[in-house]
Amino acid sequence: MVRYYTEDHEWIEVEDGNAIVGITDYAQGQLGDVVFVETPTAETIFAKGDDAAVVESVKAASDVYSPVSGEVIKGNDALAEDPALVNSDPEGEGWFFKMTLSDSTELDALMDEDAYKEFIADL
Amino acid sequence: MKERDLNQGRPSRIFDTANDSAPAATFSGNKALMLDEPLIFELGSSETCGVDIDAMEPVKSRLGGLERSQVIGLAGLSESETVRHYTRLSRQNYAIDLGLFPLGSCTMKHNPRLNEKMARIAGFSDIHPMQPISTVQGALELIDELAHWLKTLTGMPAVAMSPKAGAHGELCGILAIRAALEARGDAREVILVPESAHGTNPATAAFAGYRVEEIPATQGGRVDIDALAERLGPDVAGVMITNPNTCGLFEPDMRKISDLVHAAGGLVYCDGANFNAIVGRVRPGDLGIDAMHINLHKTFSTPHGGGGPGSGPVVLSEALAPYAPLPYVTQTDDFFQLVEEEQSLLSDSDTFGRMTAFHGQMGMFTRALSYIMSHGADGLKQVSEDAVLNANYILRSMDDLLDAPFGHSGPCMHEALFSDKGLADGFSTIDVSKGLIDEGYHPMTMYFPLVVHGAMLVEPTETESKDALDNFIGSFRTVVTKAKDGDKSLLSAPHFAPRARLDETAAARKPILVWNEPEATEAAE
Repeated sequence: MVRYYTEDHEWIEVEDGNAIVGITDYAQGQLGDVVFVETPTAETIFAKGDDAAVVESVKAASDVYSPVSGEVIKGNDALAEDPALVNSDPEGEGWFFKMTLSDSTELDALMDEDAYKEFIADL
Repeated sequence: MKERDLNQGRPSRIFDTANDSAPAATFSGNKALMLDEPLIFELGSSETCGVDIDAMEPVKSRLGGLERSQVIGLAGLSESETVRHYTRLSRQNYAIDLGLFPLGSCTMKHNPRLNEKMARIAGFSDIHPMQPISTVQGALELIDELAHWLKTLTGMPAVAMSPKAGAHGELCGILAIRAALEARGDAREVILVPESAHGTNPATAAFAGYRVEEIPATQGGRVDIDALAERLGPDVAGVMITNPNTCGLFEPDMRKISDLVHAAGGLVYCDGANFNAIVGRVRPGDLGIDAMHINLHKTFSTPHGGGGPGSGPVVLSEALAPYAPLPYVTQTDDFFQLVEEEQSLLSDSDTFGRMTAFHGQMGMFTRALSYIMSHGADGLKQVSEDAVLNANYILRSMDDLLDAPFGHSGPCMHEALFSDKGLADGFSTIDVSKGLIDEGYHPMTMYFPLVVHGAMLVEPTETESKDALDNFIGSFRTVVTKAKDGDKSLLSAPHFAPRARLDETAAARKPILVWNEPEATEAAE
């Protein structure tokens, strides 16, 4: 089980060829109280970098991008009822969607946890 | 700042907290002239007014069982109760007629009363769009005259007068671009929008069926031309650029940007919402722009934001002019005509269609022309100069205290942009905004543009005097100092407003959209 990070503040955790995607603790802190989340429906096909989900806080609405290419297995339905999960547990219960990976070499371009920590320290 | 003797002629001040004998609350909930007002549903009774009608003879219903069985529950108010309700609510509002309204990007300038007088002339106000053309020649001439001014001020050959506001104008411009591309059999899919553009731009492009791609801003807050040039190609229909941009900066390379886009076969849309900063000084036509909307309600002072509707005429280049929407005014000899149909004998265009039922916002046309003619060409030049001067006065009166991320890029245009850098831990832009409400000001635009962390965008406009700016700066500095010092009272501001700080999160997550009558709720349980 390995977790990678993007410069757009998504995290992606890979296990057995499938992945879980969400936004980082840093991202939720910047957004403030999240009031609405739109997750993708199953079987949507994404290329790396495609708009995958929408997250809206009292301050702003932002797109969440697909960190890699693949097909959506399912979105996190719990976020529709309780968008605050993104604030309270962004890297756990507040996940956005699960997907398959069509090209696992795309992961090589992403950051590991230490590199991401260094990245946000400079922001 | 001009010092006022606060004792002269004033035995006490508003909210004189030194007066220990003041009661904590009143029975009514009112505080003298600050009147608490219930919802309209909580007022009056449907029993107390209306018309008495004799009970109906029983008739056979033809409504198929859909007839109403319960009372509608509309508030029953007498005329005086109704007038008082809305007047009381209006006193809880802030308006340009009350004070400086620094809402960045919105250009909340004074609405001259002369414009109102002109708009109320019966020949302009008491006419109907379906009257015979021969009876509204003056109104059509006014539209034509305003069109002439807009074309002259922008250096563009054509203008579509009918769009009803800024975003509607954007849509008009993008539809004209689409029509022009389709006419040459060139289907393109992408519109490029820089980070420093207005938020409505990507929405407009997407609504018109284009895929939106973002072009980053440089460290200096301007369009990254290299990134733009790299992205241009046969799939790019055009770009939408806001100039001056939402960082309050002029794009000096606009001509170069236009040339690059044209060379790649695309067209250039310019968001003219910030035209107030350059009117009389810069003609967008000289910058290679193909379409630009003009917010009459910003640059040309017509009332907006609850005070009146917008109006967003779109000036068009030679390339787009043939596709302008219907209807439009033409003049043959001394007679003005409204071209209503594509097949009309008067029409020589390949119009993309119609944006509105009629010709546009007549009331705003009258006010805008009144503003333009009362200023004259030289006066309009001074408008933009004073707007820029006032914004720079605020920028330089604040930048020792508050971070101005593009302050080093030179003078700003008509609005000054600050970030929340340097505020105490736990304090944010919203706390500064709420503090300004207690100071008696409408807050500035906040958290926009997104390229700046905790953005505060302040647009004073040219209609504020130096005294008014100094008073605002005094308040702004006081509130920012509190936020930097970590003054906890700011976290619960506003304290003096008719309503305390609202829970925006709860309002967004669990909005209460329907008012239920208390008894009805109980009965249902």
